[in-house]
Amino acid sequence: MALSLSNPARRRLRTLGFLSPWLVGFSVFFAYPLIATVYFSFMHYNQIKEPTFVGLRNWTYVFDQMPLFWPALRNTLWLVVIMVAVRVVFGLSLGLLITKIKTGAGFFRTAFYIPYLAPPVAATVAFVFLLNPGSGPVNEILGSMGISGPNWFNDPDTAKPSLVLLSLWGIGDLMVIFMAALLDVPKEQYEAAELDGAGPWAKFRYVTWPSITPIVMFAVVTGVVQTMQYYTQALVAGKVASGVNIGPGSVIQPGYPDHSTLTVPQLVYQMGFQNFNTGAACVLSLVLFAIAMAVTMLLMRKRSGLLAAED
Amino acid sequence: MTSTTLSAPASASTPERTSPNRGPAAARARRKRILHWIAVHSVAIAVALLFLLPFVFVFLTSVMSDSQAMSGDLWPDSWHWSNYKAVFETPGFLDWWRNSLMYAGLGTLFTVCSAIPVAYALAKFRFRGRRTAMLLVISTMMLPPQVIVIPMYLVWAQQFHLSGTLWPLIIPMAFGDAYSIFLLRQFLLTIPKEYIESAKVDGCGEFRTMVKIVVPMAKPGIAAIALFQFFYCWNDYFGPQIYAAQNPGAWTLSYGLESFKSAHAVNWNMTMAATLLVMAPVIIVFFFAQKAFVEGVTLTGVKG
Repeated sequence: MALSLSNPARRRLRTLGFLSPWLVGFSVFFAYPLIATVYFSFMHYNQIKEPTFVGLRNWTYVFDQMPLFWPALRNTLWLVVIMVAVRVVFGLSLGLLITKIKTGAGFFRTAFYIPYLAPPVAATVAFVFLLNPGSGPVNEILGSMGISGPNWFNDPDTAKPSLVLLSLWGIGDLMVIFMAALLDVPKEQYEAAELDGAGPWAKFRYVTWPSITPIVMFAVVTGVVQTMQYYTQALVAGKVASGVNIGPGSVIQPGYPDHSTLTVPQLVYQMGFQNFNTGAACVLSLVLFAIAMAVTMLLMRKRSGLLAAED
Repeated sequence: MTSTTLSAPASASTPERTSPNRGPAAARARRKRILHWIAVHSVAIAVALLFLLPFVFVFLTSVMSDSQAMSGDLWPDSWHWSNYKAVFETPGFLDWWRNSLMYAGLGTLFTVCSAIPVAYALAKFRFRGRRTAMLLVISTMMLPPQVIVIPMYLVWAQQFHLSGTLWPLIIPMAFGDAYSIFLLRQFLLTIPKEYIESAKVDGCGEFRTMVKIVVPMAKPGIAAIALFQFFYCWNDYFGPQIYAAQNPGAWTLSYGLESFKSAHAVNWNMTMAATLLVMAPVIIVFFFAQKAFVEGVTLTGVKG
């Protein structure tokens, strides 16, 4: 077939051949649904009758009338800011600690890393048990020290912080990334700084920090994008902590307690698959999309260095 | 467990060789070093305890009797190993295992097979639009799954009648997973061009070069994306909830676990036993393949 083709044409065909799985995947499982989401955001569609055009009605409904939209967006943004900040600081501290350990480094690395591997559902169920106010081991231990523990996942004020705690348990990936970055800092620079009489803080500020900023930046951006889609832990924590005898698929008041753990992705699920309000669900999807894209644009900038090796 | 190490590089500083301790300055420096050692290790032990205690409590609760598990006791009065047997005998539990293995196994196989040629082309071919293609791969990687789930669900359910199965989750993986492509490409960039060029001089076509030269050299990278994909599928909750919810016969372990908790509303011991059983495969796989895994994590963040 390629007999009569010129060399560049054949090369182009070859490139297309190697890329073809992704080209198909990108068009069918990314570009098409994205366009369809925009289309459905202007439609009234209950997944039974034919969709009808309603203009901006879904959009105004979501922003002006949907009772849970603003709480869900607020929760999502709260998690994006607090959880990402706390995770980066804690992950960096753990990375610094692990590079200072001389004896048993392998044991400690494994110990800090292993919770990251626990499946999110299992980790969440375990944490709801550990932190349950009545008979959970954590409050039991706090009680034996004379402290009356908080209600954790059962109190709107502490439910989100409890989720942050859960996310810190799974900090292993960030620790490894920071550890690798810290080990890459040229040792001569520390020696030079020491000769200049720099203390630990000055060494961190003027040697470590400038060299790891790209990684910190990377951790922040990927953390923001991950937290934008925060779903499983929030949903499972709310369901299990509410203690209602419910199975998957059942409709419950989302975001227990008091919508404090309701996130935008949960609202997408609720609108699309429980209320069958396809239009509103697509509007919510696009809100997520807009925020995720804005963050991705940040990532593309030169300083994060994601594409640097190419040029 | 103590003999396992998480990654190859030794810790940053090794104790420098000092001249035999002479004089008060040397003694002071030595004392300072010992104090530093004690401080660092005390903090590390405290943190390690905090990280491992949840596993310990979950395990201890999993072998308690029904009534003791609700009592807030920390140590079991008697050890009920039969809880684990009871979990396995719960209707559906073995099906969830089979479904999880199918989803994770086939998903991983499809992902690896489709990511290799794409990553190879993106790393080693020079063509117009290469940079754009990379940007698009990264954009897909960054996209929350909720953004496109509704039209996708409608297609799978209404055109292909595949809701109630895991196929809508498995089939797309044969068409390139952005995260795996990105990660493998980063790895392939580190393979020197010379190997590929000399294969071509020897008369290898592009495809044979990939299969015979690049794939064997890229084994660590391929192992890393395989592991990540396996864990992704094993842990996935959102996907099975969308497509499998209405058919308990298609639930996976991650999805079924929550219903297990609901069915055993008061039995924390059974729930904790099931929780450990869901965690176990992931942790066992990790101990066999930790090097590949850690290399992959590092690759996402550092090399680039």
